[in-house]
Amino acid sequence: MTTETLLYLEDVSVSFDGFKALNNLNLDVGSNEMRAVIGPNGAGKTTMMDVITGKTRPDEGRVSFRDHALTSMDEVAIANIGIGRKFQKPTVFESHSVWDNLELAMTANRSTFASLYWKLTADQRDNIQSTLERINLVPSSQNLAGSLSHGQKQWLEIGMLLMQQPELLLVDEPVAGMTDAETEKTAALLRDIAKGSAVVVVEHDMDFIRALDVRVTVLHEGSVLAEGSLDSVQNNQRVIEVYLGR
Amino acid sequence: MGAFRSIFTSLFMLIFVSVALAQDVGVLVDKLALGNFTERGAAISALVSSGSPSVVTVLQALEDGRLYARKSDHKVFIATPSGDIFKLADPLSNSDSGQAPKTDIEKIKVNNSLREMISNAMSSLTLFSKDAKVRKDAALAILKSGDASALPALEKAIAAENDTAVADIMRIAAAAATLKSDRPEEAKKTAIATLAQQTDRDTASLLTAYAASVSDPLRSQALAAAEKIEVALSTWTAVQNIWFGFSLASVLLLAAIGLAITFGVMGVINMAHGEMVMLGAYTTYVVEQLFQIYVPDASDYAIVAAIPSAFFISALIGMAIERSVIRFLYGRPLETLLATWGVSLILQQAVRSIFGPTNKSVTTPSWMSGSIDFSNGLSFTLNRIAILIFALAIFAALILLIRYTSLGLQMRSVTQNRPMANAMGIRSSRVDALTFGLGSGIAGLAGVALSQIDNVSPNLGQSYIIDSFLVVVFGGVGNLWGTLAGALTLGVANKFLEPFAGAVLAKIFILVAVILFIQKKPRGLFALKGRWVDA
Amino acid sequence: MSAQSFMPLLGRAGFIFLALLTVVGIGVPTLNLFTTPGSLLHVPDYVVTLGGKYLCYALLALSVDLVWGYCGILSLGHGAFFALGGYAMGMYMMRQIGARGVYGNAELPDFMVFLNWKTLPWYWHGFEYFPFAILLVVLAPGVLAFVFGWFAFRSRVTGVYLSIITQAMTYALLLAFFRNDMGFGGNNGLTDFKDILGFPVQAAGTRAALFLLSALALGTCFIAARVIVNSKFGKIIIGIRDAESRTRFLGYRVEHFKLFIFVISAIMAGVAGALYVPQVGIINPSEFAPSNSIEAVIWAAFGGRGTLWGAALGAIVINAVKSYLTGALPNAWLFVLGGLAIVVTIYMPKGLAGLFAGWKTFPTMPKQAIDLGEAAE
Repeated sequence: MTTETLLYLEDVSVSFDGFKALNNLNLDVGSNEMRAVIGPNGAGKTTMMDVITGKTRPDEGRVSFRDHALTSMDEVAIANIGIGRKFQKPTVFESHSVWDNLELAMTANRSTFASLYWKLTADQRDNIQSTLERINLVPSSQNLAGSLSHGQKQWLEIGMLLMQQPELLLVDEPVAGMTDAETEKTAALLRDIAKGSAVVVVEHDMDFIRALDVRVTVLHEGSVLAEGSLDSVQNNQRVIEVYLGR
Repeated sequence: MGAFRSIFTSLFMLIFVSVALAQDVGVLVDKLALGNFTERGAAISALVSSGSPSVVTVLQALEDGRLYARKSDHKVFIATPSGDIFKLADPLSNSDSGQAPKTDIEKIKVNNSLREMISNAMSSLTLFSKDAKVRKDAALAILKSGDASALPALEKAIAAENDTAVADIMRIAAAAATLKSDRPEEAKKTAIATLAQQTDRDTASLLTAYAASVSDPLRSQALAAAEKIEVALSTWTAVQNIWFGFSLASVLLLAAIGLAITFGVMGVINMAHGEMVMLGAYTTYVVEQLFQIYVPDASDYAIVAAIPSAFFISALIGMAIERSVIRFLYGRPLETLLATWGVSLILQQAVRSIFGPTNKSVTTPSWMSGSIDFSNGLSFTLNRIAILIFALAIFAALILLIRYTSLGLQMRSVTQNRPMANAMGIRSSRVDALTFGLGSGIAGLAGVALSQIDNVSPNLGQSYIIDSFLVVVFGGVGNLWGTLAGALTLGVANKFLEPFAGAVLAKIFILVAVILFIQKKPRGLFALKGRWVDA
Repeated sequence: MSAQSFMPLLGRAGFIFLALLTVVGIGVPTLNLFTTPGSLLHVPDYVVTLGGKYLCYALLALSVDLVWGYCGILSLGHGAFFALGGYAMGMYMMRQIGARGVYGNAELPDFMVFLNWKTLPWYWHGFEYFPFAILLVVLAPGVLAFVFGWFAFRSRVTGVYLSIITQAMTYALLLAFFRNDMGFGGNNGLTDFKDILGFPVQAAGTRAALFLLSALALGTCFIAARVIVNSKFGKIIIGIRDAESRTRFLGYRVEHFKLFIFVISAIMAGVAGALYVPQVGIINPSEFAPSNSIEAVIWAAFGGRGTLWGAALGAIVINAVKSYLTGALPNAWLFVLGGLAIVVTIYMPKGLAGLFAGWKTFPTMPKQAIDLGEAAE
């Protein structure tokens, strides 16, 4: 496993109307690493993702991805250097077919005029087809995304991230509302993805995190409380206090 | 006759010392018929010197070209054409003196210098009128002409004047006349000092013109006085502009504040908001009509009765709209916009069908008419002051209502978290209807105020709706203080631009400025952070 | 291109629409010019003029639908683009009057002579040339839409805020064009046109030709719009409509896509205005009135947004009803229009097109698309 740092957050702080959502947060993620981020509600998990993807500008601190300073880039630029994001609530294009959703997400020239003359090549067709297979949506390929079940939408969104071929995936609560079988499949899917790119997963479901079997970072009140294997953080006295109340 | 006698006597004794005094006025009048313009001028002077009150009539007739001389005996008459012949009247007594064919009489002609002489003379004569207004006008006329020959009369009039306001004007007129007279330098210096107390553009230009005609030290003194007036003037202009700006702001605030509730608090785009204002104005009209029929004596207070009526009518119609249209469209702001636009058309046409398309006018009650005037030309009309106070009172009441009443509390909780408010037992649909009713009722109150300064017509609301939206968006949606700040900023900015750009261009500038501002701060001056603003 | 390859592009309903448009576009002028008045098949002159006007309105509604139905941009200022195109054409026709005006001034339009102007303002130069006027028909609305959209979309003004400022834009233009000093005829606008390209505007032949051109413009713009919405570009703007931030996180420059479709749509509206003016014979500032723009949105909503042909059909149906009612029951028209706005938004969100879908299987929009509010994340 390479340990070269891909994503690096240094002393990042964000506050909303006096409330410190992130407080001197430090985090680094290596390339091809999969990292799970846990923490109670309001710990700053989603804000952290917002900062990385350019949705929220930090008040202080540095965020870098390879040699890009993310703090001076907007969402689109960040997406185009290889960071993909899955939202907490599945967000897909409901009035497009599953196929079209994947086609729109596929890496290609994103310019306005290129999109007017866009034609799918045979390779790209195969690419979409194989992704459909990976996310188990082959039979629904021509159905509207809006007609999919909640779990299927989650997979479709992950599939869209795969089409983007990002170097880093940020995945916010991918198994919320999934059955156990679906959760298991999703864990397998994410482990599969992690072979080709770095993944940061935010999740509450401890079984799921155990299934991922990766390094865990615990956030609390906007900063890192503990970091290590799931077993080690679960036995950390401060983590227990935070989760159980004091 | 006593008054005439006294004027006659005072003129006789104090103004002129002339042989003409001894002569019969009638003879003097007849002299007008003779000789060239110079001699005629002398005759006019002599007449004025006689001080006879009837001279005013003669001079007026001469000025109007109604004074004729009979060719046969050179007697002077006031002639009125009646077909081919002229009716003659004695110029002094106005008694009938028969008639004459056009060929027998000749008009007594005046040239421009005589005409000026006549009008100056008449000003001095009227300085002693019984009527204070006539005296005041005479003084103003002298002030305008700066006629030095009126000076002695003026000084006498000042001494006799017992109305201080008129005396003040006379003193200023005397100062202006002094500048053009051949009085000594000291008198002129005092005159300049008197004029320097004034703050109007005419005095400033009078002083500047005078400065150009003399040399130092009078020249520099006059220029300094003119400069002082200009500075004072620009200050007062600024004060006046701020007042106009505040007045406009109060109108904008009234029109926008109801919208700040429906749009700001509920997130509902109500394009029929302007029509709620219009309904309030029509309610005022109807209440006034009812008062005139049933209690005409109290019709000055119709507007007081109109305030609650307008509130309730607009509020009821607003709630009806909320229950029948808007509640089906929550969460779909763009569709709400279109549906309420439809409502606005229906309301406009309904009012047009009932009251007719023409403008209705609502009379301003006597206690709201008139103005507070200052000597420097500043003027605050009472109805504008009343509207400003009314707007601020509504604003304050609304702030208190939202802060301290249970409806306000419920409104705030529904705004912040609808599902949670429902879970706590607040019936959010009832709160929605009441909130919308409140916003609409306030629009109705705005209509009461606007009926005082604008035409009451079915299109009344249309002229305010775009401005109202801009005020709310500019100030920051969901923030009443922002609406106040928005109204003040836009109102004052508009009135400061108007003198340079004209009313229409000023308005266009403001529109463009607000459009650009929204690009910079899409959430307005005072952005409120909350989920619903993302709608 | 054969009919078979057209079908997927236009859709079944679009194909029927285009076929009908072709029949009407050729049929009406033919039946007007080549049959004798009084005969059963004769189409009277006023129907040609009225119909031509409806076709221009249909194109305006189509342009509104292109940005609203597909990209979720509710523009309440499209009347401004329509009017600007109209003014560009009006200025050309004013210059064509030449010395035939009331004052007989070959250089200056009548209203300038009346205002005691001595020379033609610089911005009127060039309008004596038809190609220049046509260029401005495209450029004036296009540039305004570009500048306005560039600012608005870049700073992410969306939803009702955008609607409000588009309304303020057309209102500002309304006030500006009312001013005599602007040099566009003030209150009265531009009128008393004599001829266009040498053909008298009142002549039956010219009217018929303008009708045909309007139908042609509508048809061409319809096909162009279908090409756009069927491309990947079209899928992206629908994506922006349904989930703007998802599109952005996929790496698409949302503001560029919005700007492109907004400018294209504005140009279409401008072309509609340019064809409208010679047919009605006047253009004045009231075309900028905000209510005109909202009315165009109602046409699109009534016909069925997100279908293009529905918007065009909606414009024609509503205006036909308007022509009838303003004659027969003048007081009823605003009640009808107002009622329509309410009923369509509450009960017929898919418009006429949705009604047709009731008895014919038809690709429809899911509910999400109707909500139009940006999907929360």
